[in-house]
Amino acid sequence: MSVSTPTPAEVAAAPGGAKGPSPSRPPVAGTPRRSLRIARRVGARLLGALAVLWAAATFVFFVQALLPGSRATLLLNEASGQQQSYSKAQLLPVEKEYGFNKPLIVQYLDYIGGLAHGNFGTSYTQHQPVLTIISREVGPTLVLTGAALAFAWVIALALTIATAKRGRFVSALGSGFEIVTAGLPYYWLGVILLVVFAIDLKVFPVQGGTSLAGLVLPALTLGIPLAGFIGQVTRDEFEKVLDQPFVTSARARGMGDLGVRLQHVLRHAVLPAVTLSGWALGALISGAVIVESVFARPGIGNMLVTAAESRDVPLVSGVVMLVAVVYVLANLLVDLAYVAIDPRLSGA
Amino acid sequence: MRFDQEPDGTRELLRVENLNVGFGEGRHARPVVKGVSFSLSAGRCLAIVGESGSGKSVTARTLVGLTGGRSHVQADRLELGGRSLIGLRDRQWRGIRGSQVGFILQDALVSLDQLRPVGKEIEEALRLHRWGTSRTRRQRAVELLEMVGVPEPEVRARQRPGELSGGLRQRALIASALALDPPLVIADEPTTALDVTIQAQVLDQLEATKRRGKALILISHDLAVVSRLADTVAVMNDGRILEYGRASELFAAPKHEYTKALIGAIPSAESRGARLSPAPRRVALGLPPRRETAGGPVLEAEGLIKRFRGPDGIHRTVVDEVSFTLGQGETLGIVGESGSGKTTTARLALALAEPDEGAVRLAGQPWTGISEKQRRERRRQITVVYQDPLSSFDPRWSVGQVLLDSLSPTEHPSAAARKKRVLELLELVGLQEEHLTRRPLQLSGGQRQRVAIARALGPAPRAIVCDEPVSALDVSIQAQVLDLLADLQAELGVSYLFISHDLGVIHHISDRVLVMSEGRVVEHGFSEEVLTRPRHPYTQRLVASLPTLERPTPDVLALTPESRRSLGAPRARAVQAA
Amino acid sequence: MSSVFSAPSAAPPLAGRPISLPRWLRELRPGVTLASFVIAFFLLAVIAPSLLASRSPYAVDLANTLRAPSIHHIFGTDESGRDLYSRVVYGARESLLIGLGATGVSIAISIVLGVTAGLSGGILDGAISRGIEVMFSFPVLLLGLLFVAVFGPSITTEIIAVGIGTAPGYARMIRGQVLAVRGSGYVEAGRALGHRHRRIVRRHIFPNAMRPLVVIFTLGVGQSIVWASGLAFLGLGVAPPSPEWGALLNAGRNFVTQAWWLEVMPGLAIVLFALSLTTIGRSIQQKLEGGLAR
Repeated sequence: MSVSTPTPAEVAAAPGGAKGPSPSRPPVAGTPRRSLRIARRVGARLLGALAVLWAAATFVFFVQALLPGSRATLLLNEASGQQQSYSKAQLLPVEKEYGFNKPLIVQYLDYIGGLAHGNFGTSYTQHQPVLTIISREVGPTLVLTGAALAFAWVIALALTIATAKRGRFVSALGSGFEIVTAGLPYYWLGVILLVVFAIDLKVFPVQGGTSLAGLVLPALTLGIPLAGFIGQVTRDEFEKVLDQPFVTSARARGMGDLGVRLQHVLRHAVLPAVTLSGWALGALISGAVIVESVFARPGIGNMLVTAAESRDVPLVSGVVMLVAVVYVLANLLVDLAYVAIDPRLSGA
Repeated sequence: MRFDQEPDGTRELLRVENLNVGFGEGRHARPVVKGVSFSLSAGRCLAIVGESGSGKSVTARTLVGLTGGRSHVQADRLELGGRSLIGLRDRQWRGIRGSQVGFILQDALVSLDQLRPVGKEIEEALRLHRWGTSRTRRQRAVELLEMVGVPEPEVRARQRPGELSGGLRQRALIASALALDPPLVIADEPTTALDVTIQAQVLDQLEATKRRGKALILISHDLAVVSRLADTVAVMNDGRILEYGRASELFAAPKHEYTKALIGAIPSAESRGARLSPAPRRVALGLPPRRETAGGPVLEAEGLIKRFRGPDGIHRTVVDEVSFTLGQGETLGIVGESGSGKTTTARLALALAEPDEGAVRLAGQPWTGISEKQRRERRRQITVVYQDPLSSFDPRWSVGQVLLDSLSPTEHPSAAARKKRVLELLELVGLQEEHLTRRPLQLSGGQRQRVAIARALGPAPRAIVCDEPVSALDVSIQAQVLDLLADLQAELGVSYLFISHDLGVIHHISDRVLVMSEGRVVEHGFSEEVLTRPRHPYTQRLVASLPTLERPTPDVLALTPESRRSLGAPRARAVQAA
Repeated sequence: MSSVFSAPSAAPPLAGRPISLPRWLRELRPGVTLASFVIAFFLLAVIAPSLLASRSPYAVDLANTLRAPSIHHIFGTDESGRDLYSRVVYGARESLLIGLGATGVSIAISIVLGVTAGLSGGILDGAISRGIEVMFSFPVLLLGLLFVAVFGPSITTEIIAVGIGTAPGYARMIRGQVLAVRGSGYVEAGRALGHRHRRIVRRHIFPNAMRPLVVIFTLGVGQSIVWASGLAFLGLGVAPPSPEWGALLNAGRNFVTQAWWLEVMPGLAIVLFALSLTTIGRSIQQKLEGGLAR
């Protein structure tokens, strides 16, 4: 029985600004002012994305610049497999090749300029452009990531729809599963799935390569913890929405429980999970490194671990930057998905 | 109590006998509805009235089988159109919901799906009962919108509730409940949280529904709202119907003590100067009155303008050329609908926001346009009581800490003096020493608001800004708080800037009144003058929209001495929060 | 009927609670109890591992290599015949240290960023919030790989990388909390009473905004151990023959097809520990939200 007293911001945000018996004019789609506003918003979003990428690149560059000692020495040592010091004459060609002799600010501008032109640098160990190496290896990793994301959503939604607010026991079972799985390390889950389903039961191949059957266990390993995570936020939201008066309204029209869950509640409840997916895509790619290592699956994982071990900084930072790009793109997509799911946001 | 026939003897559609509803099992079992009986005929309206927790909503939901999984429903008879509703399976209930019983609840902004066009919601009701084809359903939805008075129904059907004005989306909600032409329509608090003009439109539509021959059950906490439509009234409290009978008789000559108290608690023009709650006037503490300053007004506002930038980048003037004065010991009411700028005006008066133009003077000295440092000491002269007291208390603090925090260390230098003052404040607002150690979360709504008032009195202010202080309270608690405010004013000579959306409350408590609409003051003057003979069209519409209840003469409402005692004392027992 | 004017109940319907059980017994939930025992076990392993495991974690026994779990070796033995259970018990100290260190780094960063952003508002808040968003684009594991590539593998690298990697989430949470408290009714009420800004920050904003820290800390330690062990699994963390849990995982990698217990048992220790911390963290969170917040 409370009467809300709106804050000034709410007042300003109220449709038409004014209330009262006169019907406020709704915004009509396609008017010039509206499309201008949308264009401005899209523009601002893109600029923001670029700013994030620029800041990420700056961070990555300065982490590289923090490298202790002479990078040229390190490179020569890695190449020869020995630990020794070198004369200036020996170091100079290496420094020239990689531009280590230039002032830091010039190196920074070169790096950013290179990124802008799609030049992610040259690998210290493989002496090839980073982008070439990555694009050669990344295919199976992207397939794995995509499959894991799909698995995660299917499991999380099925679990939420089936168990949210279904009596104390069933709900506890569902949310218990989510809490346990959300915290499972990939290597552990992977090993258990591998031992049980590939080695003992022989349902799936132990080393599946890029075959479809070989994709199932790695994708489940990568997807199940995310399913637990997505499931947690979706369930919280789902249970809140189930208590909303509009849900009671739908029931009072004669709608069954499953109909209410699928046709009304789900759409409201997936928004936080959509946000989470944008964030999770980057984490999934990095998690794929571990999963690939457990299942001996091809992808960037092996390359990345070798690169980190052999101090191949350009290759590792190239992957880091690519993941940042994926992260930014995913979040632009999340924004679009948001407006598609909740059209209210298109006007704001 | 048995009610074998409708008071007017018409053919009945619905019959409920000895309905009991409880929640939980075994030791946790909690009865919510206890032995309720009523009946209803086509073309008639039954109003079920009660305060929160009275069981009225649960009673309504029993009739559509939506009391929830952990409930137990028992009844001797529960019949709709001659068919028993006892022990139905979910599938059978779904056939009844929507087609036999239309259910309208609350504000359309929350009871329609915000993500879908309203037309789809209406079509959904038809689709669920396999009515027509998708094309005919779309047509029917448009017709229904037209029937409830929505202009341009084809366009509106494609819009979402958020894109419609308050009145239109309320109509769309009603249309979705009427889609299958159900013989019984239940409206559960259909006007709660709505502005008074929109409330009037909703009542118009419900009245039209009744005229079309539907049986209507109206659930409300507000006697005045139901008085317009109800043929019979059932007053519920604590799960029981205490009084049941013809509306005209019940309102003119209530028999049950509870009904009398409930009617007496409604603030209105006629209740001015009278007490609303059964509790007697509190004995004054005999405190020295607040230091008087020579004559002048406590607060003066001159040409206040405040603009806010919306999320779309457009500036909106939320407060536009507002001026007023507040004299010592006076109550100035500000009344307006949501979005009228009254809360922003309050914030300007408290100097919690700076006006873009215009100025406020406090006790003759500039109050806006100066630095916070200059203001800080003087803030003790004007304090505030909010609508939601709970959020205005630090959740970690006890009542004692909250009150101590309001005291000036210079005025009460010793710990003993502060302790004495805190106890004095508690007594002023009718609380006991035992409440000192409680957390506000452990108190009832009325007690929390008393603590908020005590805190506002702590610095011994000259004026208190009351921003919707009783809007979240049940009418009986509201009555106690309004009485308390009146007592405190009489005793301490404090001034109130009293903000409310409720014309009745404003009329009851204010000496003078400002009527605000869209940021402007459309009318101001003495309450009697403005609210009984409004000149401005907006005020006229506002006053005309207000459902009123003829207040019976005081002797009709007079309570017996013992019920006076039992009804009057503010509950000392804290409501344990879960 | 003693009083027919019922005060509005603050309790939601169906919130009936058993009254007969004593309070401490009612609040003793099985999950939380179990979690407390697990944590107590590992804490004992940190302080006095010899009380829990009689064998030395380094004792080589070439007659008993790669034995499956049995009565004699409940977690089995590794390729040198060392008792895996003893190794897990003795590895707890270093693993927990890594978890605590990373969480400490993470919380320090997130308090500085979150509180500064939340209190300052305006341009500074915008800049920090952007910075937090940038940090979000680096997954913990990748950041770890980058740090290993730059600084070489070591415990310090592991701690700093995991600390920085997990900081943005907590920083955003703390900023949000500061903003929520700053905009709360009681802060405005304090202003209206004429209190100084400093007093309001000290008495309202800071204590209320720091409330989730206990929860962050509890959840963070478990999370950090999981992340750090992931790095170690890849061979980029603590090196064998240390019995640190991640090092055990790395050592067991090559024997997965023959001796599953080398991966599963140390992993089980990590999972149990992290899950117990999560359970306790969540129960503290519920208590905070139920008892104090709205």
